[in-house]
Amino acid sequence: MKLTLNGQNETLENETLTIEELLKIKDVKMPEMVTVEHNGEILDRAAFATTAVKEGDTLEFLYFMGGGSH
Amino acid sequence: MKIKRDVYKAMIQHAIDLKPIESCGYLAGTPTEINRFYPMTNTDQSAEHFMFDPKEQFQVVKEARANGLKLVSVYHSHPESPARLSEEDIKLLNDPEMIYIIVSLREATPAVKAYQIRKPNEDTIEIDRVELTII
Repeated sequence: MKLTLNGQNETLENETLTIEELLKIKDVKMPEMVTVEHNGEILDRAAFATTAVKEGDTLEFLYFMGGGSH
Repeated sequence: MKIKRDVYKAMIQHAIDLKPIESCGYLAGTPTEINRFYPMTNTDQSAEHFMFDPKEQFQVVKEARANGLKLVSVYHSHPESPARLSEEDIKLLNDPEMIYIIVSLREATPAVKAYQIRKPNEDTIEIDRVELTII
């Protein structure tokens, strides 16, 4: 499967996989803190396990960014 | 890590302008030099917390990439506390590749410190100071 991940062309051996599986394959640390944009739409984290990645999809991974002074 | 003087000054000015709210932003450049500042919206609008807007994050990462830059650092201000990582910072800042800069406005002269945080497993947190060299 060919897709665009964080602006880079990627070829995966998988025929089908979910966002959650893709995060594992790409060895993304702390995946529960990652925000995913799938074909221009920001996904709910609850949908990671059920959203299928398809040939030609465009994905962006970003870490949730927040903090505080205490 | 080197940082351009105008970027460094713009970051501090952003923090001063938004005080008492915590300010935040991305810094972009190369693996060894920061040369672009992207002020970001603190969606919390709080004096004690900050949170990026994911939509704005995706816009900025794409803009930086289009300009051949990489997002290498995240800054936020501590309007009333020192330039150290808070417990909340250590808990919530999870990108192992980012350099986290804190601008403290507690004293009359702003203090700036930078850190890298790695969490190799659930029980281990490694924090390193990163020296910023203004160029």
